[in-house]
Amino acid sequence: MSINRRETLKLAAAAGLAAGTGLGLSSRVFAAEPLKVGFIYVGPVGDHGWSYQHDQGRQAIEKALGDKVKTSYLEKIPEGADAERALERLVRSGHKLIFATSFGYMDTVLKVARRHPDVFFEHATGYKRAKNVSTYSSRFYEGRYIIGRIAGKMSKKGLAGYIASFPIPEVIRGINSFLLGARSVNPDFRIKVIWVNTWYDPGKESDAAKVLISQGADIITQHTDSAAPMQVAEEKGVYAFGQASDMIKFGPHAQLTAIIDNWAPYYISRAKAVLEGTWKSTDTWGGLAAGMVKMAPYTNMPDDVKKMAMETEEAIRSGKLHPFHGPIRDQQGKLRVKEGEVLSDKDLLGMNWYVEGVDDKLPK
Amino acid sequence: MIVLEKRAEPSRLWAFLAPVVAIAAAGLTGAVLFALLGRDPLLAMWTYFIEPLTSAWSLEELAVKATPLALIGAGLALAYRANVWNIGAEGQLVMGAIAGSAIPILLPEWNDPLALFVMLALGLAGGAAWAAIPAFLKVRFNVNEILSSLMLVYVAQLFLDWLVRGPWRDPMGFNFPKSVSFTDWHVLPAISGRVHLGALLALLAVAGLWLLLRRARMGFALKVMGSAPRAGLFGGFSMAQACWISFLISGALAGLAGICEVSGSIGQLQPSISPGYGFTAIIVAFLGRLSPVGALFAALLLALTYLGGEAAQLALGLSAKVTQAFQGMLLFFVLAADVLVHYRLRLQRREAKS
Repeated sequence: MSINRRETLKLAAAAGLAAGTGLGLSSRVFAAEPLKVGFIYVGPVGDHGWSYQHDQGRQAIEKALGDKVKTSYLEKIPEGADAERALERLVRSGHKLIFATSFGYMDTVLKVARRHPDVFFEHATGYKRAKNVSTYSSRFYEGRYIIGRIAGKMSKKGLAGYIASFPIPEVIRGINSFLLGARSVNPDFRIKVIWVNTWYDPGKESDAAKVLISQGADIITQHTDSAAPMQVAEEKGVYAFGQASDMIKFGPHAQLTAIIDNWAPYYISRAKAVLEGTWKSTDTWGGLAAGMVKMAPYTNMPDDVKKMAMETEEAIRSGKLHPFHGPIRDQQGKLRVKEGEVLSDKDLLGMNWYVEGVDDKLPK
Repeated sequence: MIVLEKRAEPSRLWAFLAPVVAIAAAGLTGAVLFALLGRDPLLAMWTYFIEPLTSAWSLEELAVKATPLALIGAGLALAYRANVWNIGAEGQLVMGAIAGSAIPILLPEWNDPLALFVMLALGLAGGAAWAAIPAFLKVRFNVNEILSSLMLVYVAQLFLDWLVRGPWRDPMGFNFPKSVSFTDWHVLPAISGRVHLGALLALLAVAGLWLLLRRARMGFALKVMGSAPRAGLFGGFSMAQACWISFLISGALAGLAGICEVSGSIGQLQPSISPGYGFTAIIVAFLGRLSPVGALFAALLLALTYLGGEAAQLALGLSAKVTQAFQGMLLFFVLAADVLVHYRLRLQRREAKS
């Protein structure tokens, strides 16, 4: 899965558009060939999580831009040698804008992009850019702060179970943000973390949820992609938060809200940029304000908690509240962010330390 | 009623005809499947089997994809001939990749051609060493090698995972689980496009194993121990020896596939370096009728189905599930048709019971 960013080629975009017209001009006057937009997904589009949401973004491009674009995708592409072939295949079948939607594709994207300077690449959640490679990601941690606050209010025992995937900055940031949110309303709040070492494995995820519940957690949150933990929460009568997509149908009584990855606005704007010849290599990291992170309706909670959640969401969106505002101490009690300051994006992107109160050790 | 009757001798005719019949049957079933999904069956078949062979680019990709499958499949064919069930080639691949990568990660400054040579040697050694564990357990304690070799796959994968998240993580990599990128001195030279030296090594390995099984006493011993162990024992061959040789050779080749994949195709270590080549190679070995040369062709066929499946996803908008189902059908037909080599079908009138 993910991180990303950057830089520039207007000429090529125009050329790409113009190329379509040439021969076909006589039969289809003025109708430019549609821009072909390709996607590679690491999971199946039916995972109801990460890849599913990217595919929703793909469909949104088609909806928004109609016959000016044509999109296609390759799913379940392993990170490694296969990804290079998949990207090359998209290029060779005429795709001019290609989204690689998993972190592990990073170096492969750069390699293929170097060979095809006239094709624009977008890499989700990576950090290496080139003239024709942009990166993009979402500030999911903003949503995690909100659900942390909700958990702080809703948990009777003050203990949440956290199903984590891999100890990369993205996930550590989420755990920290969640706990900071929870402790802002319940200073004694605790979380238990289980690392499942996978992004998507319904069996492992549901086992982890069961263990956490049996250890006393009465709220479950996850940084993995399947709806299995939500289903377990529903069955056991505890609360949970949806991940990546609105999972309310898997937990009608359990879901408090969900952090939704909303790639549509970004994808549409990038396709438009290519059509208009204004595409540039950029590094985008958008959150609630950009509409890239959305919250599912707040359900199964009393009105005062709902009100607090909505106010928190609004405060983050308007920039009044930053989840990582000082003072923040790390696990060793060292002051990491001073009173009145917020953590920089650079520090957020490389985060490899826990905030005070996380009951877990980072694998070193 | 149709009955299967064992042939006295394997049929030479059917040895050639079986794959043809199988591909025809798979093509027919696939055509029905694609037609039911509303796609042009002829176009689907063309996209699946022919299109990948029509451009230099995808022929190269075919070779890239087939390289690890052929390397591992040929080694497994030898082991299975000897009745030694190495199911853990995936783990041996990973350990070979790790051992070979020690050079570019720990000694990135060692920039001369010898470094690459040592990497390949370490790849072979790493795979063989990992395979030596189930061999030792089998010979010494009679531990079922299917289980021990399979379980060691997960150990190897987790070890790799730990390395790239911990000690071997790129210090400039924002804590992401990847090693440093290998320098040019540590990358296998390309033969053509993305096809790297590994393809040549795979051909050499296949030829070597073919010679071993055909001409060498050791190969003969392995075959005898596989098909008639008692006879083999009387002939002075040893079970332990067959087990060791099978595991060491198949493990070394899997390790070589691992370092070739990392050095030739990926260019760095990462948590996942193989989409299950070690397991797919088991199919390759059987598809190739447990002969190294057969494994080479089987690897190419399997690689073709991967490429064709992707082409079909893109050209016809089929989901990966459909293309994988078709791949499964094809393998099923090919393996099923092989029954006809050793058996004949006979129509038999059901006799009335008195």
